Amino acid sequence: MFSKRIIPCLDVKDGRVVKGINFVNLRDAGSPTEQAKVYSNENADELVFLDITASSDHRKTMLEVVKATAEQVFIPFTVGGGIRNIEDIRTLLHAGADKVSINTAAVENPKLVKDASWEFGSQCIVVAIDAKRKKSVTSNQNPEWEVYTYGGRKPTGIDVVEWAREVESLGAGEILLTSMDRDGTKEGYDLELTRSVSEAVNIPVIASGGVGKLEHLYDGLTLGKADAVLAASIFHYGEYSIKQTKQYLKDKGIPIRL
Amino acid sequence: MSPSKSPLIAVVDYGLGNLRSVSKALELTGAEVIVSSKPKDLLSASGVVFPGVGAFYRGMENLRERKLNSALFKIIKEGKPFLGICLGLQLLFTFSWEHGDTKGLDIIEGRVKRFEGNVKVPHMGWNQVKQTQDSSPKTKDLFQGIPDNSYFYFVHSYFVVPKDKSLIAATTEYGGEFTSCVCKENIFGVQFHPEKSGPLGLQILKNFIDIINDSQT
Repeated sequence: MFSKRIIPCLDVKDGRVVKGINFVNLRDAGSPTEQAKVYSNENADELVFLDITASSDHRKTMLEVVKATAEQVFIPFTVGGGIRNIEDIRTLLHAGADKVSINTAAVENPKLVKDASWEFGSQCIVVAIDAKRKKSVTSNQNPEWEVYTYGGRKPTGIDVVEWAREVESLGAGEILLTSMDRDGTKEGYDLELTRSVSEAVNIPVIASGGVGKLEHLYDGLTLGKADAVLAASIFHYGEYSIKQTKQYLKDKGIPIRL
Repeated sequence: MSPSKSPLIAVVDYGLGNLRSVSKALELTGAEVIVSSKPKDLLSASGVVFPGVGAFYRGMENLRERKLNSALFKIIKEGKPFLGICLGLQLLFTFSWEHGDTKGLDIIEGRVKRFEGNVKVPHMGWNQVKQTQDSSPKTKDLFQGIPDNSYFYFVHSYFVVPKDKSLIAATTEYGGEFTSCVCKENIFGVQFHPEKSGPLGLQILKNFIDIINDSQT
């Protein structure tokens, strides 16, 4: 049976993991590659590295991380953060990333999604969407969400569901959907948002933002109709292991690879 | 048991997809690896891995540009162990329905078609691989030590339909059953990515190396 995917996300700054895991027996707990190995050994289905390096001078460090990871970790991984153009994508894919995730650059230049999926194939082009609920919508209307760029700092006026449909038609192979309202709250995914996008497109949708407990992952996959669920802090801080998470979901009847 | 030596495997570089993981995985599981787009390197290796992701027409175009077709035909004719992965499997077929009809290498008779119906495309993620029960001994060698219905990582929008059903070595369910592994003499093809499928994927590559070693004794 086709399984749902559990995806830990690692924030990387200047080549080092920002939120640390309390893993013991790691030679270098700040090394993204070492942490990726731990997740891979625990049967994580995929990994996402989010490069939050501010200065472009230090982006070369991320390339080294990607190269080392591709040589040591044999599950798929996606790299996002600061990707501006086709050359950035080519460099990351050649270094060994399986997919790249594009956010701001896709909004500012939708043709990039088209060109990149034409050049490298849809399967490696993920469009990340940062979504925020529109306040202007009254409670008796259906909710709407707006796309934000620049790490959630810039509102764009673009409707999230429409944008999701557009990136699909441009050739994106997958959508990484983050609820800005829920991110960091530990209150669970924005299930209405996740379901709205997942039902609007025929490409896989990864739910992100707000996981505080395992039930939230279950809700994202069932009520939210997500194809994959991403979480960062619940795994980083050792609250739950990947193994425990997958067993929990499997016991609740979700198709999971143990 | 096969002798514990490191055969030289050529990984075909035709400009599609990253080859770092597949070449490293082969090295880890006991091969010497040369990544090359030169026919003479491919011809001098003991076995060939033909990887690739992306568009079919692009794959064929890139092979033509690099003048690799005749080298591939020669390798197959010589009976050298050959492993196609993902697009590398699909390109072995007669034609694909991607962008209209695109001709393939026609090493295995059949076509390549797109997923239809009520499933998300690409088929991206982990799915179970059901081994054909009355398969050839060669297929059994490829799946040595792999429990039936194990999970492997897939990422593709098209799948192969061999004309000769006896070549089907494994199938997978995704809105219906499709062929996830074919085996014809020394030609193996997997739709999933062994280099991205964790320890069981590495086992497939190790088995392929054993097949190469056995073919040389």
